[in-house]
Amino acid sequence: MTPQLTVVALVLAPLLGAAIAGLFGWKIGDRASMSVTTGLLTLSCVLGWMTFGRVIGGHWPSAYLVRLAPFIDVGNFQSDWSIRVDSLSVVMMVVVTTVSALVHVYSWGYMAEDEHKPRFFAYLSLFTFFMLALVTAADFMQLFFGWEGVGLASYLLIGFWYKRPSANSAAIKAFVVNRIGDFGFALGIMTVFWAFGTIRFAEIFPQVAAHADLSWTFAGRPWRLLDLACVLLFIGAMGKSAQFFLHTWLPDAMEGPTPVSALIHAATMVTAGVYMVCLFSPMYEYAPTAKAVVTVIGAVTALFAATVGLAQNDIKRVIAYSTCSQLGYMFFGAGVGAYSASMFHLFTHAFFKALLFLGAGAVITAMHHEQDMRAMGGLWKRIPITYAMMLAGTLSITGVGLPYLDIGLSGFYSKDSLINAAFAAAPSSGTAAFAFVVGVIAAGLTSFYSWRLVFMTFHGHPKWDAAHGAHDPGHGDDHALEPHEAPWVMLVPLIVLAVGAVFAGGVFAESFIGPERATFWRGAIFQAAANHVLDAGQPPAWVAFAPLTVTAIGFVAAWWVYVRREGLGARLAKGPIWAFLYNKWYFDEIYQAIFVRGAEALGDLFWKGGDQRLIDGLGPDGVSSLSYAIGRATGRLQTGYVYHYAFVMLLGVAGLLSFALWAFAR
Amino acid sequence: MLSLITFLPLLGVAAILITRQFAGPLQEDRDGAARMIALVTTIGVLVLSVILVVRFNPAQGGFQFTEEAGWFAGLHYRMGVDGISVLFVLLTAFLMPLCIAASWRSITNRVVEYMIAFLVLETLVIGVFCALDLIVFYLFFEGQLIPMFLIIGIWGGANRVYAAFKFFLYTLLGSVLMLAAILAMIGMAHTSSIPALMTYHFSPAVQTWLWLAFFASFAVKLPMWPVHTWLPDAHVEAPTAGSVILAGILLKMGGYGFLRFSLPMFPNASVAFTPLVFALSVIAIVYTSLVAFRQTDMKKLIAYSSVAHMGFVTLGIFSGNLLGVQGALFQMLSHGVISGALFLCVGVVYDRMHTREIAFYGGVVNRMPLYAAVFMLFTMGNVGLPGTSGFVGEITSLTGVYAANTWPAILATTGVILSAVYALTLYRNVIFGELANPKLAAITDLERREALIFAPLMIATLAIGLQPALVFHITGVSAEQLVSAYHAATGR
Repeated sequence: MTPQLTVVALVLAPLLGAAIAGLFGWKIGDRASMSVTTGLLTLSCVLGWMTFGRVIGGHWPSAYLVRLAPFIDVGNFQSDWSIRVDSLSVVMMVVVTTVSALVHVYSWGYMAEDEHKPRFFAYLSLFTFFMLALVTAADFMQLFFGWEGVGLASYLLIGFWYKRPSANSAAIKAFVVNRIGDFGFALGIMTVFWAFGTIRFAEIFPQVAAHADLSWTFAGRPWRLLDLACVLLFIGAMGKSAQFFLHTWLPDAMEGPTPVSALIHAATMVTAGVYMVCLFSPMYEYAPTAKAVVTVIGAVTALFAATVGLAQNDIKRVIAYSTCSQLGYMFFGAGVGAYSASMFHLFTHAFFKALLFLGAGAVITAMHHEQDMRAMGGLWKRIPITYAMMLAGTLSITGVGLPYLDIGLSGFYSKDSLINAAFAAAPSSGTAAFAFVVGVIAAGLTSFYSWRLVFMTFHGHPKWDAAHGAHDPGHGDDHALEPHEAPWVMLVPLIVLAVGAVFAGGVFAESFIGPERATFWRGAIFQAAANHVLDAGQPPAWVAFAPLTVTAIGFVAAWWVYVRREGLGARLAKGPIWAFLYNKWYFDEIYQAIFVRGAEALGDLFWKGGDQRLIDGLGPDGVSSLSYAIGRATGRLQTGYVYHYAFVMLLGVAGLLSFALWAFAR
Repeated sequence: MLSLITFLPLLGVAAILITRQFAGPLQEDRDGAARMIALVTTIGVLVLSVILVVRFNPAQGGFQFTEEAGWFAGLHYRMGVDGISVLFVLLTAFLMPLCIAASWRSITNRVVEYMIAFLVLETLVIGVFCALDLIVFYLFFEGQLIPMFLIIGIWGGANRVYAAFKFFLYTLLGSVLMLAAILAMIGMAHTSSIPALMTYHFSPAVQTWLWLAFFASFAVKLPMWPVHTWLPDAHVEAPTAGSVILAGILLKMGGYGFLRFSLPMFPNASVAFTPLVFALSVIAIVYTSLVAFRQTDMKKLIAYSSVAHMGFVTLGIFSGNLLGVQGALFQMLSHGVISGALFLCVGVVYDRMHTREIAFYGGVVNRMPLYAAVFMLFTMGNVGLPGTSGFVGEITSLTGVYAANTWPAILATTGVILSAVYALTLYRNVIFGELANPKLAAITDLERREALIFAPLMIATLAIGLQPALVFHITGVSAEQLVSAYHAATGR
């Protein structure tokens, strides 16, 4: 296959699957729908790795563009339906198609009892298509198409179980919060368009250096153009990637089925913001203020989400906050200029976070849809394979590995490279120093909440054998709760992801972030000449060992609280600090009070006060009530006389016109 | 060609009247014949309009298919279309057969008169977009008030008289001022030809007054804040097909008027009043979106959302640049399809349950999965999701206005957040959840006729959403001419 045909098939195969399952699923049945979508996705995945190998290996052009059709075309505002292939997009292609294919397979088991399987698989494939459209965009319009398209798929999948009010609310929340981000994103696109006269990336990037110090008027005051544009675009990334202030939708998104959480809300969609910042590295490198904003927001998110993750009891919510926190790592990495390290963490994170989510799904299946970790415990004997996989994921996310020897699990390579990059940038940047400190602290918290999850779920005394019957009387009518290992169709994807979570870092570290990385990225990521954050060499020993040390402390603390002194955890879960963390710093409550109530109050004010009282009261109602009275008095509208009335009106218009003509015509 | 398209519906009227005499004694037969004649006639108009658009040469500026004839008392009958108007003719012809089909079962009272009213309306509406003479334009523009007034007043809901009068009063008040302005223009320029007037230079002071008079009429029609309050009432009381035409086409006459008269004929005044228009548009977007969010009646909610969406149109037009004008045109056409479809969606459940209270519904997807899917597509169109036509209109008109002034662009862009809030909330409350209301237990999914009505609307929404060039290609040259003439006249 030619390079062009390969990527066209790769991108369109999921769309075809979605169309078949979505439109004809009712006719061809569950099995056929699932087979078609999974088969096409697997094809897409194979083509993805093939493209990756050929492009990175140099057998195919290192960057090429397949133009399919024009999209919006007005003056200079020109965009195409196209597929952009370069190192950055092929990395995303393999991440997206691999995780998606595994999630499709896994869903055969996880969704086995669901009534709407064709719809579910159609949505999954549709999501994958939008995500591929996003990562292969060559201009802002297709990027936005993919960007909002994945949002639509996310909305549909969060609300997949549409009978649950909580799922519906979560779906709307996700869409609306993402739209708040897109508000900034859209303004960013407009700024870029009017500044550069084009929305095509390949035409924008060469102009950036010349525009570096341009001043731009926006909202009535001057800004540095590139800082403004990059901050506006970053607002979009904050929404999509659930960063501080716009993060509130992600934990609620756990209302969706667990495979969705793994694919969309861990491995792929939420990383779109990181990808976007890396893609626009040619612009961000000239926008120091925007980079500082990205660094600070990323670092704050990394810390904030980790603290909230400490106190959650729902197994999926812990992982959701963990995702939020890890995305924060990626952003501060990009903010300090280590774009390739961010992409590397995005890559490894996709493996271990999808693994953790799918593992959690296996636990939930084993527990018969119980998600509260307080009702679990001691599961490792019952579900040993799931346990082993979760251990691999946990060791990877906590970044276990040996500095200097440079041996470790995937998370070790990528996370430490981000922390080291922040340290390298720290001397010249206060925000980078902040990110470094926060990154180390958050690594300790990551270790604590990750091991807490493992210990509460798999260790200690089982809480389910005696307590479960009382906890959920409606459920155990056919059998007492007997945790069982998930079927192989679910376990195999776990094993594949575990291989990635353990080895992907070691295998790819040299290519992604090593000294020779330029031959890997081939210009897809831009680093300014003065940017050396990834070339600082080995950091001092205390820096190199800091993450490992705090990780060990986190592990021991979690072990102490949840295994050694089991029960201490429940006693700790009291008091104002715990409540503050458990209630997620009260963001939802504050937003509810200000924005939701505010919008409701304003809406009512404008409607009843503005429209009804002020405008209608002063305006037409005075006049129309008079007419209404006349209309009622004559009472002929409902009779046959209405035609007479119409006729009279017509005569009136004609008469008026005639008079006017008479007056003016000569 | 244009006269044939315009007056073909009147032939249908004649046919209905004649068959009524010969159709036999049974009311049902007469009604059936009227329905069928109306459908065939409107489809015939559609076919002719498609031919018109195909034969229309997009590369050629100015008016095409022009017709001119002496009338009486020195008046002239002048018709013609350019890139700005030709697609509105097609939009009208496209929506009309769907309206007739949508009324097939739901209108059982005075069917013959109803079909006549719609056919007359079609003639008058197409006439508005084809007229190249001020007097002819005015006759069509005001004339369509009458059938619309009757449609609301006779076949409307419980409170139809109030709504009909409010509709009539508002629009008439605007048009009286416009009539005065038209007469003044003819008096000054000694011609009523629109192409001639487009090159005539009115002095800036005169422009101001003429602009205001036209603005009064178009702002009511569009409608702009604060003269929008007739619209929700009119929609709520109008029968489904009436709402479709009202939202789909009649509102567009306001935007069309700005493009045909205000910008080309009063360019200096347009520039001077741009801040006013921007302010009103931004208020419309934010204010009516918030009001829409609080509605309890499905139709009112969509009506308010129409006002908000028209805010993007006025912003785009008065941005005065190509992107904005093209975006506004696109937004009008797109909104014509999407809002028409949304009103039809409301009509589907209204026909079954005879209520539009949102709270009455909930969990409809459990009984009507196909309907839920159709409604979802148009909800996403309303929200402006990329891939639907709604997105293209919004992003281009907003990008256009950004160049004129960033403030209205910023404020108006909040509309993309608010539209998601009210549209998704409506969808959730009607479609999702458990089937709570026992009265809904027997509600049935779309029947074949209804599915056939929605199919072309869905295709149109996606087709021009994915391939906007279908529209931009046709409007392009005329929009460019308009913009460059505007820039030349105002020195910007």
